[in-house]
Amino acid sequence: MLKVRDLTVSFRTEQGIVRAVDGVSFDVGEGELLGVVGESGSGKTVSLLAVMGLITDPNAVIAGSIQYRGRELVGLKPRAMRELRGKEIAMIFQDPMTALTPVYTVGWQIAEQVLAHNKVSKAAAWQRAIDLLAEVNIPKPEEAAHRYPHQLSGGMRQRVVIAMALSCNPALLVADEPTTALDVTVQAQILDLLHKLRRNHGSAIVFITHDMGVMAEIADRMLVMYAGRVVERGTKQELFSAPMHPYTRALLDSIPPLTGEKPHRLKVIPGTPPNLLNRPPGCAFAPRCEMRFEKCTAEPSLGSAAHAAACFKVPA
Amino acid sequence: MNGPLLEVVDVAKRFSVGTRFSRQGLRTVHALDGVSFTVMPGETLGLVGESGCGKSTLGRCITRLYDLTSGTLRFAGTDISSLSQRQMRPMRRRIQMVFQDPYASLNPRRRVRDLIAEPLRVHSAMSEVDIGKRVAELLDIVGLKPDHAMRFPHEFSGGQRQRIGIARAIALNPELIVLDEPVSALDVSVQAQIVNLLADLQERLNLTYIFIAHDLSVVRQVSTRIAVMYLGSIVEMGSADDIFARPAHPYTQALISAVPVPDLAAQGSARRIVLTGDVPSPVNPPSGCRFHTRCPIAQERCRSERPALTEQAPGRKVACHFPTQLASSG
Repeated sequence: MLKVRDLTVSFRTEQGIVRAVDGVSFDVGEGELLGVVGESGSGKTVSLLAVMGLITDPNAVIAGSIQYRGRELVGLKPRAMRELRGKEIAMIFQDPMTALTPVYTVGWQIAEQVLAHNKVSKAAAWQRAIDLLAEVNIPKPEEAAHRYPHQLSGGMRQRVVIAMALSCNPALLVADEPTTALDVTVQAQILDLLHKLRRNHGSAIVFITHDMGVMAEIADRMLVMYAGRVVERGTKQELFSAPMHPYTRALLDSIPPLTGEKPHRLKVIPGTPPNLLNRPPGCAFAPRCEMRFEKCTAEPSLGSAAHAAACFKVPA
Repeated sequence: MNGPLLEVVDVAKRFSVGTRFSRQGLRTVHALDGVSFTVMPGETLGLVGESGCGKSTLGRCITRLYDLTSGTLRFAGTDISSLSQRQMRPMRRRIQMVFQDPYASLNPRRRVRDLIAEPLRVHSAMSEVDIGKRVAELLDIVGLKPDHAMRFPHEFSGGQRQRIGIARAIALNPELIVLDEPVSALDVSVQAQIVNLLADLQERLNLTYIFIAHDLSVVRQVSTRIAVMYLGSIVEMGSADDIFARPAHPYTQALISAVPVPDLAAQGSARRIVLTGDVPSPVNPPSGCRFHTRCPIAQERCRSERPALTEQAPGRKVACHFPTQLASSG
């Protein structure tokens, strides 16, 4: 349903051009949950913001193709995009405090979204807001609708943001680290809620996170991103039981285990992610990779297999 | 020294919020309430709990960045809980702190050399030449290059900044370092580097750590013992391996079960306890056991009577009327 091909997002800065997303391609099927993992600066958020048409920076250049149900989104008029966004494609942001306006009640903020996309009365929109709050398990939704964001806890605010995203039954939901700002016990509640919503609505979800544990729990398929590129793609089972790219493997190895023997030292990935202003030629991960060899000065490609890694050590 | 390095006895910290003229009047936040524990030299005590449980407040009380409302702190046998700021000064070189946010904790207008040298200038009579040598040595210890000394914090990544913060904390050869979420602002791949660095430094410099974090897998990795906090009190305490293998308090069980594990084999077998609701407000803590409002096994007694932190098994303390029994397996 979503087909992204060779998406490149570059920003003109005073120091030069930063390619935040560099030739990224992926598909999302109907009702599927695609997990996107990567560290900060890997381009995971920017590529999905591009899908949402939310990159408004005049210094940004977006190239490539994003097709939603056969419709090209790159270069779509802002007005047409606005009709799609919120109604067909909705987004859940990482920080629920900044995603909500502090000066309106949460009920009003949800109802506004309903009014923007449907021809309904204000009373009906308000009722819909209350129903949505009930659906995301907010206790006493009639009272909660009259509250302001600062009167709610972090977990409650994130529920409100989810309720807002669901207001028009979107076919595609983009969730950008929706649980990162929350405590683990609240995160467990939100993940449970997303499971439930998926069952009830059948929406496809693109879930961005840096937490491999969360991925293991919810994803169907995964993308691993590094320095603006997809380095590995595959189903959750493939990625966890047979990771191919050295980066994916190192990422999994560097997480301290919760059970069993404690390693004396954690495995580390030496160095830091590259500066996108002067990306090393060839494989961007090569300077930190323990398997690098002569060929790594060239650019590895991802290939077209369902489970593929952009690495010369991996048989294509 | 054979005794404990740090003894915390019945420490409480309350903050006042609002004013007499605000709508709800002057209110009291019970941030810490009757916290007691000891830390032995050379060990790492992990403090875990959700946001708002008082773990950072406790860290700041131990370093005396906050004054205690009541209770006693003894460091190496000396009572430091009522020392004035001036009297506290000589103790500060022995107790240092590393902060969570490596972006906010380094002055952006000062060079790395000066950031690391500041404790040396304040606390020692070293000459500038010696200070320069010591800074170079410290940079080397934490894995930075000598030419980094003249740079400014903005030129560094998050992990490198945290190394600068650590260099500053160990500059005076302290005995105890309070680490307040030192890796939670970092990416996973960098997190492991800092965790290893801290372990190396502990071995090399004979340090004692109090490690505050909300990431349970990191805490398990670094800690010898762990104290689990909920709403300003310790609910369970014991050796790190033991607590993770056999949690006795229902809150600890829920907390551990809530962590998503990056292992597909464990996905099916793990039974997750999802707690309902949110952490109650510390302005108005619940009566009796503070966890009873969210506890899956709460009974009448929990609503009225507050359980004390009592020893359930050797080295294992639990504050619950109905803890999971440990005796048989221990």
